[in-house]
Amino acid sequence: MADPAMKISDEVAVQITAMNKWYGTFHVLRDINMTVQKGERIVVCGPSGSGKSTLIRCINRLEEHQQGQIIVDGTELTNDIKNIDKVRSEVGMVFQHFNLFPHLTILENLTLAPIWVRKIPKKEADETAMYFLSKVKIPEQAHKYPGQLSGGQQQRVAIARSLCMRPRIMLFDEPTSALDPEMIKEVLDTMIDLAKEGMTMLCVTHEMGFAQAVANRVIFMDQGQIVEQNEPREFFNNPKSERTKLFLSQILGH
Amino acid sequence: MQFTRTEMLPPQPPPVSQSGAVKWVRENLFSGPLNTILTLLSILVVYYLLNLSLPWLLHGVWNASSLTECRTIIAANFGPDAGGGCWAMIHARWYQWIFGFYPPEVYWRPILNFGLLFVAMAPILFSDNLRGSVKLVGTVAVLTIIALTLAQGPWWVFALCSALMLASVAVALLAPRYLLVATVLYPFATVWLLWGGSIWGPVTAMLGFVVLVLVYRPLSPRLGVVMATSLAVVAAAIWWGVLDSYVAAALEQVVSLSIQPVESDKFGGFLLAFLIGVSSISISLPIGILLALGRQSDMFLIKTLSVAFIEFVRGVPLITMLFTASLLLQYFLPPQVQFDLILRVIILVTLFSAAYNAEVIRGGLAALPKGQYEAADALGMDYWQAQRLIIMPQALKVSIPGIVSTFIGLFKDTTLVSFVGLQDPLRGITTIVRADINWKGIYWEPYIFVGVIFFAACYGMSRYSLYLERKLHTDHR
Repeated sequence: MADPAMKISDEVAVQITAMNKWYGTFHVLRDINMTVQKGERIVVCGPSGSGKSTLIRCINRLEEHQQGQIIVDGTELTNDIKNIDKVRSEVGMVFQHFNLFPHLTILENLTLAPIWVRKIPKKEADETAMYFLSKVKIPEQAHKYPGQLSGGQQQRVAIARSLCMRPRIMLFDEPTSALDPEMIKEVLDTMIDLAKEGMTMLCVTHEMGFAQAVANRVIFMDQGQIVEQNEPREFFNNPKSERTKLFLSQILGH
Repeated sequence: MQFTRTEMLPPQPPPVSQSGAVKWVRENLFSGPLNTILTLLSILVVYYLLNLSLPWLLHGVWNASSLTECRTIIAANFGPDAGGGCWAMIHARWYQWIFGFYPPEVYWRPILNFGLLFVAMAPILFSDNLRGSVKLVGTVAVLTIIALTLAQGPWWVFALCSALMLASVAVALLAPRYLLVATVLYPFATVWLLWGGSIWGPVTAMLGFVVLVLVYRPLSPRLGVVMATSLAVVAAAIWWGVLDSYVAAALEQVVSLSIQPVESDKFGGFLLAFLIGVSSISISLPIGILLALGRQSDMFLIKTLSVAFIEFVRGVPLITMLFTASLLLQYFLPPQVQFDLILRVIILVTLFSAAYNAEVIRGGLAALPKGQYEAADALGMDYWQAQRLIIMPQALKVSIPGIVSTFIGLFKDTTLVSFVGLQDPLRGITTIVRADINWKGIYWEPYIFVGVIFFAACYGMSRYSLYLERKLHTDHR
């Protein structure tokens, strides 16, 4: 936490105001208010079905909210497709199941969006891709297909793919939940490196070690609501609400 | 109880078991009493079939002027009771199965056109396989030149056509990307080569697409893709409907470039089957993709129209649609509009197979995990980019066996055009040849001949689809 690059600025990256969302008649997100400053590393946790994934998927509008306001980097998310595409190209996302494109090589996975969305020349896109592949420590896999890589390697490729778009904000949706224990560490290390460089990160995860190492804020959600948020030390050592205490005792209990 | 491995075991080769033919036979043919019985039964059936057909095939006669003469020759050589195939009929009338009633003095035009078909397809069939493409174009060039030497025509036509084929080989070898030019020009060249007449008709028709692009380009950034496309299509339709014929006539006045026109009723045989088959196959795939996307669309009107079209077309027999093409369509059009029958049939066969393709491709789309759409969205791709770069390459790959089945079915269904008076190879031409007094009563031979050619074409498609599946197998699942 002492790293000087991990400074939080006063600029607002994401502003969510009185946001509500329903799936049909099911009220999945209830009156969400939150502000994310640039450079913040936020961990969102909570029991399954608490709406934590839905919340971060609303930030790049993979899910649509029905009430309230979401402003990402100064752009409000409405039905305007231009605004949505603008936000999406500024916000990177890493999924639980990696979602690499199996018909393309690793390098092509990384360069596709820069070339077609950012309109960057292929040569430049290749160089950027190789730079980020070295960063996640698998440049030698560039010409293989996703199916030939291990889960941990695939997830690191997915992180590199998002970074190639030079995002200002990164969303992580349970990035280590589908991985073997041996591979979780290599993915977390990559994410820690990213945090140390000052990336704004919102991360849904159950990796409490990661939360303690890099997060500056932990948000606990239950039944579609933000129940408690605090800086990690306080959150883990001195939880305020009963629901949080129960949750923490269950995941840290053994 | 206590055990600690001090050394990890290195991998070792599997045990060498007995191998060879004896093992194979024992394992695959005689592995149990039931299998042994089945094997023996199969051998019996094969023997019976060969015993029945082999003498008939071997006794075949290739040179005779009538069925009676065939029979006399067979009786003289193999005894009065011997049967034998009278292939002489094919020897005498093969050109009719190939070209129908196309004028013999211009056979070089369909021959050249057929050769160019493979040149046009090479860059698509072998998009990143230079050797495959060169092999295909080279083989076709040699075969086309041989066929041209056998056809009638002035020497300079032969020289020109051969030069064209050799030039294609050179392009395939040196600048393979430019073969795509041939692909784009091919449909217009086909119309001109097969139907003849002024070259300006196809050229101005092609200009319609130029109009389309010229209108679309400046409008699309300002009005969006959908609006710009609609306006461009309207502009092109105005060109084709109103201006096209005047411009073509005017150009013909200035520079006359005409070849002998050939009417549609002269087309027949495999020329007709391939013309309808290839056109419908190549147009029905993109229409099928659009219909499949339409059916999955969130837009109510587009979805409803796609579903209605697909269900209607799949629910109606092809022959009904062919009758519609030949009889009813004319009632709905203004009397002075003469819509060519072959063109009408191509349109309806295309729509028919597009509906089937749409359903096959929808199956492929359903097989894709939702995460692929989400990943494309999360990277900021718009709908068409996501479809073109992420979704379709994977969905089409899954759908290859189904799509090729549809294509094979379509190609064989081209024989149904005999119901609307076109001379297809199976019923049309065969009936005509069998009506000849010399070949009256011939039965097996023409159908075997037509069947063999259809089989070769369909088997070729099937093999190509296997090649494609192997090439695209990248997911290592």
